Amino acid sequence: MGTRRDYTLYFFAAVGSFLVVYIALPLVVILLKQASDLGMLVKTLHDTYVLEALRNSLITATATALIALFFGVPLGYVLARKDFPGKSIVQALVDVPIVIPHSVVGIMLLVTFSSAILDSYTGIIAAMLFVSAPFTINAARDGFLAVDEGLEHVARTLGASRLRAFFSVALPMAFPAIASGVIMTWARAISEVGAILIVAYYPKTAQVLVMEYFNNYGLRASRPISVVLIVMSLTVFVILRWLVGRKANA
Amino acid sequence: MLEVKSVSRDWKEFRLRGINFDVKAGEHFIILGPSGAGKTVLLEIIAGIIEPDSGKVILNGEDITHWPPERRGLAYIPQNYALFPHMSVFDNIAFGLRLRKLPKAEIERKVREIAGVLGIEHLLNRKPKTLSGGESQRVAIARALVVEPELLLMDEPFANLDVQTRSRLIGEMKRWREEIGFTALHVTHSFEEAVSLGDRVGVMLNGRLVQVGSVREVFSKPAREDVARFLGFENIIEGTAEGRKLRANGVEIELPVEASGRVRVGLRPEDIILSLEPIRTSARNEFKATVESVEELGPLVRVHLRIGNLYLRAFITRSSMLEMGITKGREVYVSFKASALHVF
Repeated sequence: MGTRRDYTLYFFAAVGSFLVVYIALPLVVILLKQASDLGMLVKTLHDTYVLEALRNSLITATATALIALFFGVPLGYVLARKDFPGKSIVQALVDVPIVIPHSVVGIMLLVTFSSAILDSYTGIIAAMLFVSAPFTINAARDGFLAVDEGLEHVARTLGASRLRAFFSVALPMAFPAIASGVIMTWARAISEVGAILIVAYYPKTAQVLVMEYFNNYGLRASRPISVVLIVMSLTVFVILRWLVGRKANA
Repeated sequence: MLEVKSVSRDWKEFRLRGINFDVKAGEHFIILGPSGAGKTVLLEIIAGIIEPDSGKVILNGEDITHWPPERRGLAYIPQNYALFPHMSVFDNIAFGLRLRKLPKAEIERKVREIAGVLGIEHLLNRKPKTLSGGESQRVAIARALVVEPELLLMDEPFANLDVQTRSRLIGEMKRWREEIGFTALHVTHSFEEAVSLGDRVGVMLNGRLVQVGSVREVFSKPAREDVARFLGFENIIEGTAEGRKLRANGVEIELPVEASGRVRVGLRPEDIILSLEPIRTSARNEFKATVESVEELGPLVRVHLRIGNLYLRAFITRSSMLEMGITKGREVYVSFKASALHVF
């Protein structure tokens, strides 16, 4: 009689695991290699130049995420709730930064804003915002789309203004989606290099510093900063995701 | 209290055309119509969620057509109840009271009072997703009634409930109304709700309100053939009338009133009596008929009958079908009172 077994899923899992291994392997390898060279890591962590760059990365990425939140949530809400002429153009435009090479983004920004953003914190944030805002906008839009508009209608018949209904019903319900969008924006911002290299080589960010050390001193010198960046980014990413997940299931 | 004056609106696939009716204070007004008639659109126009293309909505003499929903003082309960999923039952009910900036103790008192009337006190700390359909409905009603709205707008309030819960809650709603005394406008496709709750009924077909009147009036005297069909006059007989006689497909039928020319009459399937022998009754219309087919509908069966070239449908109970041995091809006697005929 023999049980009927479905091998399709096993087969797909085997194929798909290639990507899992491919992503995990370099992470594990660089961490292991650095573990056998702790001296260099400790030295790097005491290098004020490196610490300064890390601090710059954190501050600019966080500022970018907050700016994207402030502008992206209203935009996402409009895209979710209102049909207007040219809406599809706006939607497409929001996704454009994802398809433009990041060096080109840097050139475009520099051509447009020139000295206003050249080699400044503003420049770093400008470059980061351009490439990472779509994550917050799209997440907010999808989050609001998932909220039944009838809930807001009922809130209004009970006496809430449109703005009040937004803050008491739509926003809290879309919060987990928006928060994961903001986290993605933050993660994308802190991993941006191409546009920053062109717009604002200084003040030095850790991503740029990794490149500089690699170019000037080679692989071994750039590895410890890379490891610090990986650990820092992953830690923040994981903690935020966990917080949002907990809130969403509460 | 509420007047709707020649309201029209095109919305998605719905076309509302020249809707006119009024709801009186303290009344339970039912808009009855098949799904797709545009009942929800009408309710949302009154609630202020959709604006009409033309026409007016008047509340207590004031034109509120272009007022935002929050200014109208009407409470709206959509078909899915739209409970706020991120709030407890208590917070759901308190929502409107908090917007009115009532003192905390007052809010607490009012929420508990309405919860007591509706029998949901034990649910106040629960989240909406843990509630059953009947519980959700009562929470939605509590949330709407606690702000003491001018008018309660309900969209198919019983449609998502199982049969037993539905009939229990229909009975409950009558009691709540006696206790709290609200005015309700309620749209539904269910005759049961219309007959048991409605003071007056408006029948809505294809975006038009085709007849408004008391429940008895509308059900016993449908104004038009399509209303009759919708209300369950399954037999519409067309023929030529002369005085009190109607000739239809070679059959002569006695009418309750005098008529002439081409007329249509309606006859409810439950008003037809079947027997195996000719019987002496007060029924003036008796014919010999052949059973064409039998359709089982649970406790009832629909019997398709042929009298010459005239086809009729009758309801009988399953047990009388078995007792009388009614099967396809069987000859039976069909009788109905002239007064059961409705002439359009």
